[in-house]
Amino acid sequence: MKLLEHQAKAQFRSEGIECPMGRVARTPGEAESAARELGEVVVKAQVPIGGRGKAGGVKVARSPEEARAAASQILQMEIRGYRVPAVLLEELLDIGQELYLGVTLDRDRRRLAVLLSFAGGMEIEDVAERTPEKIAKLWPDPFSGPLPFEIRQLTLNALASAQGEQVLERPRLLSLMVPLVQRLYQLCQRLDATLCEINPLVITRSGQLIAGDGKVEVDQNAEYRHQDLVRELGGDAEAASSGDDQLEVEARRRGLTYVHLGGDIGVVGNGAGLVMNTLDLVKQQGGSPANFLDIGGGAKAEVVRQALEMVLLDPEVKGIFVNIFGGITRGDEVAKGLIQARDELQIQLPLVVRMTGTREEEGRRLLEAAGITPAVSAPEAARRVVEMVAGAGR
Amino acid sequence: MSILLNSESRVLVQGMTGSEGTFHTQQMIEFGTKVVAGVSPGKGGSQHLERPVFDSVAEAVIATGATVSGVFVPPAFAADAIMEAAAAGLELVVCITELIPVNDMVRARAYVSSRGARLVGPNCPGLMSPGERSKVGIIPNQNGRPGPVGVVSRSGTLTYEIMQSLGAAGYGQSTAVGIGGDPVLGLSFSDVLELFAADPTTELVVMAGEIGGSDEERAAELIGRGYPKPVVGFISGRTAPPGKRMGHAGAIISGNTGSAASKVAALERAGVEVADTIEQIVERVSARLRRG
Repeated sequence: MKLLEHQAKAQFRSEGIECPMGRVARTPGEAESAARELGEVVVKAQVPIGGRGKAGGVKVARSPEEARAAASQILQMEIRGYRVPAVLLEELLDIGQELYLGVTLDRDRRRLAVLLSFAGGMEIEDVAERTPEKIAKLWPDPFSGPLPFEIRQLTLNALASAQGEQVLERPRLLSLMVPLVQRLYQLCQRLDATLCEINPLVITRSGQLIAGDGKVEVDQNAEYRHQDLVRELGGDAEAASSGDDQLEVEARRRGLTYVHLGGDIGVVGNGAGLVMNTLDLVKQQGGSPANFLDIGGGAKAEVVRQALEMVLLDPEVKGIFVNIFGGITRGDEVAKGLIQARDELQIQLPLVVRMTGTREEEGRRLLEAAGITPAVSAPEAARRVVEMVAGAGR
Repeated sequence: MSILLNSESRVLVQGMTGSEGTFHTQQMIEFGTKVVAGVSPGKGGSQHLERPVFDSVAEAVIATGATVSGVFVPPAFAADAIMEAAAAGLELVVCITELIPVNDMVRARAYVSSRGARLVGPNCPGLMSPGERSKVGIIPNQNGRPGPVGVVSRSGTLTYEIMQSLGAAGYGQSTAVGIGGDPVLGLSFSDVLELFAADPTTELVVMAGEIGGSDEERAAELIGRGYPKPVVGFISGRTAPPGKRMGHAGAIISGNTGSAASKVAALERAGVEVADTIEQIVERVSARLRRG
């Protein structure tokens, strides 16, 4: 779950991280009255993706009337497919310097990493690629969190590659960074987040550290602990997923592990690794997979039916490849489920089933009797489905 | 011989009294695994599957001398169960549970390392040493066959299929290890490769990776520095688009890391033959073992 900027900043504030004064507006009228309160403002589209500035989703307004006009414009925008449910109006900051501060999961180290750079305001991935030496990193012990001396060292390491004059004197910077990093790390733990990012972290000319923007991603596996946040997302959630692939949104609603890939051969299998390999086989044979769909272990007839139904929602699908490895799952049961599903859903498209493992012979006999093409080898099955789809297109 | 698990391993199962735990413990016992105890907090003193059940891992260890744990508890309690097993002094903890919050795993993983224990998983099928008649986890019993091939993989079903295909061609396994599909794992490919290197029964290793993270690249570095046995590689997810999670929580290409192309290239640079299909894995294993 990705929080919108205003939600991320509400979390920052609750942890004691300073943010600009701001108001959320869902109508141009609300924006105008917010600007009356705040003075000169920046009006920012609340969408769960980056690059909104380039898309025109961020505007400066010098008066309440300008704020109204800006909000009216932004609220009608669609940014890379995402509707804009709200704008955030914030006081203009007197920017002295822009830094990057983030806490993110580092898979290699199996820990959360703290990243600090004086090249703030840019996409951190770009900095990491072009000038990795400008990012200082710290991997705190997950039980103690980042310790003050570690944070001071992190700051000194980042300073070593900083260019230009510093707004803050070194002692002041070091003492301000310690509680800020601790709070951001603490927030990441409290929210079960895999990313808490402040970019830019603004140092104002008067020497304050303020979160210019905020990104928070809550681990999907931990959402059950954060139902308050899920509820808070509430009305914005639909808009927040409006730019997502709509077939994937539907699959999420149905509780299926599905990824839309845009080709014309629907793929269903059991086990993520096996399904990924099945996609690769289709591609190797010159076909184009429409989707990834993993029905998991112990597939029952009903699950098979739901999976085929989901695959068929995609109008581009012209053929289906089902690849099942029977371990504990029995081939004959899967076959029965498939035949039942085909009849119930009246599937006319080419359907190639490859199954192996427990009771594969029985399963194949059932499929053949029902007129479904069974196959023993997965590459062979991939070749057949690709041929059948190509043939049907002629 | 084998790695991590042998006929002497005394196994306890955390969450044995649950439905998954019950089913798979039965399968483990049928395979020949020495299952000595179950742990279910609050159910201590009872019997399940003709094994004593304890309230805590520590009690089970004192009473039965268990050395290995299989964790089948629900995701909300799994990280705690892993740490409990490590605290009780078990040498190997195998966690099958899927959907554990990743920050829970960050803590559990650090804790396990600090106790000197080894963790396999989570979100994994576990491991099997067919020649030792011992398995912990959910690898189907009929897929194991004793032999000289070490198998290490991130996936479940793909591991079973590789084992079955190798078996059908006459090549059994010393040990097959599913290291798991999560972003934060216990043993890495490199860890398992080092264990296989030191195991006299393992003559060749099949390593099946997938997109996401850079464990495969690090394993390639290890192999490139001089690995004593032939390795046959395999990478799934070559057609996966960036930014999409392909079923496994860890199977995602993020930014510049985790692509199949980068993994295949790293392995090939290290001199590993990378197969495109499971059939090719078997062919390459066969060619290598014949060559001797």
